[in-house]
Amino acid sequence: MEPLIALKDLEVRFGTRAILKKLNGEFSGRAIGLLGPNGAGKSTLINTLLGFIAPSTGEARILGYDIRRQPRQVRGMIGYMPENDSFIANMTGVRFVRLMAELSGLPPEQAMERAHEACFYVGLGEVRYRNIGTYSTGMKQMVKLAQSIAHGPRLLFLDEPTNGLDPPARRRMIQIIREIRDTGSMHLVISSHLLRDIEETCGQVLILKDGAIAAFCDLEEERRTNRRFLELETRGANGGFHDAIQRLGCEAAWSPHGRGKLILPDGVEIRQIYEAATAQNVQLVRLNFKRDSLEDIFLKAMENGRL
Amino acid sequence: MAVYKKTYRRYDGPLTPPSLRFLILSRYSFEELRQKRLFGLFLIGAMIWPIVCALTIYLHHNLSALRILELDASKLISIDAGFFLFYLGFQSMLAFFLTGFIGPGLVSPDLANNALPMYLSRPLSRSEYVLGKMTVLVALLSIFTWIPGLLLFLLQSYLGGLGWFTHNLRIAAALFAGSWIWILILALLALALSAWVKWKPLAGALLFITFFVGGGLANAANAILDTSWGHLINLSHLIGTVWLRLFGEPATLGSGAVFFRVQPGAEMPLWVAWAALFGFCGVCLRLLAKKIRAMEIVK
Repeated sequence: MEPLIALKDLEVRFGTRAILKKLNGEFSGRAIGLLGPNGAGKSTLINTLLGFIAPSTGEARILGYDIRRQPRQVRGMIGYMPENDSFIANMTGVRFVRLMAELSGLPPEQAMERAHEACFYVGLGEVRYRNIGTYSTGMKQMVKLAQSIAHGPRLLFLDEPTNGLDPPARRRMIQIIREIRDTGSMHLVISSHLLRDIEETCGQVLILKDGAIAAFCDLEEERRTNRRFLELETRGANGGFHDAIQRLGCEAAWSPHGRGKLILPDGVEIRQIYEAATAQNVQLVRLNFKRDSLEDIFLKAMENGRL
Repeated sequence: MAVYKKTYRRYDGPLTPPSLRFLILSRYSFEELRQKRLFGLFLIGAMIWPIVCALTIYLHHNLSALRILELDASKLISIDAGFFLFYLGFQSMLAFFLTGFIGPGLVSPDLANNALPMYLSRPLSRSEYVLGKMTVLVALLSIFTWIPGLLLFLLQSYLGGLGWFTHNLRIAAALFAGSWIWILILALLALALSAWVKWKPLAGALLFITFFVGGGLANAANAILDTSWGHLINLSHLIGTVWLRLFGEPATLGSGAVFFRVQPGAEMPLWVAWAALFGFCGVCLRLLAKKIRAMEIVK
């Protein structure tokens, strides 16, 4: 199966400045989050994949299509929601979405039908008949989302989709993105500086730092793995308890004051830890799953630098 | 339109031919223009002079009508290359005013609202975007210039007979080619100005400045330096020079294409006029290429 995005020595330079530095890798997933501090190259990567910026060297493919040699095919199967305001002010929302759908190749009647559906789907309701120039920030974000999905793309680029939204509008946007993701009909690439947004919507995350790939990880996998890590704090622990834990097959590292970290092997449940503690008359003061939050992953990637 | 489905679904239906999608931009622009009252007045105004010309042609060939109106056929304007050149000059000036009215609104709103990333993230190239916008002007200016011009030529051919038609085929070719040169220059200039100046009224004003101030500066340069090369920046003179050659008319005082008259003695070599016009188009295309981008890259 073709990877969603394949990069081979992709480099983008503005003058003498390298913005993207020899990016390599194949990335797949239903929803990929694009993370990185300001100036890391997130928007440049999206703009390069969209064909707005020509790579200086290297190549990039989207679902097998070369962005340089087959730009029409690439653009025919993507939807794009830009970060900044981008619309035609003296046009109604639904007419704007229809125009964009037609430019993606839909016949006028179907474009009209899909434009109404897309506007309604994102919650624009009757507002869709108003000129976009009169929209609030939240409505503008929604009309941008509507135009990006009206033509039924295979890959959707969302650049800072929750920018400028108040909490209820943000929740609505996140909910819609998750719904779209769960339909399984399109892939998503979401660029955001808000870790929470990425954590709530994405299964994979690509972290950029200084124009290079700092990490690509599967959040689901991380979450699954983390379910096997335990952090313990005990009172009255002795060698017998440590032996009992070892007999269960757990790898353990103990530190002073009864604290320890365990890796549960397959087949061992937490209940057995409690039973061992009871048998050894050890009090479990704290027992937590170790949880690497996206923030931890992000910070680790920032510390480690380029992978 | 009533919406019954509040879910997202994929689109699996037919797609339109990619090569014709630039016409979608033209269609939307036309629909917007149609809502402007002034646009309708312009279109009606554009038909006045062709109707006057058609009546003149008709009168030339209708003795009974001449008798009723007590007119002498010899005193009427003769229907020849000069007649059609005058027609073209007059209509081209109207076309110029129309361009000043609609041209600035074609690209500048898209730039002002940062809409280009939306257009160009679709299967639509920068050239197709320009072509789509240009088609609006080309179609409208054609309605003003060569389409009624050729209809007048056909009317005269019908009334004048096959002999007149075959003898004056050059006029038809000159009408067609001369109109297209002017249309292309106007369209490119209007789009280039519209792309560089986001404020519509200013973009419109700049179009007039390019035409009239260019002519004024050219005349001033000619007078001060005692030369005729100043006309290199005078669009009307350059166009007039090319038209005269196309129609095979001599430059005479008070005749030829109105607004595009070339004064006797101020003619410049034809190749110079062509080169200047090509250069002008090149500059406009360069200006467009620089501005019509999904994003500006700061190096």
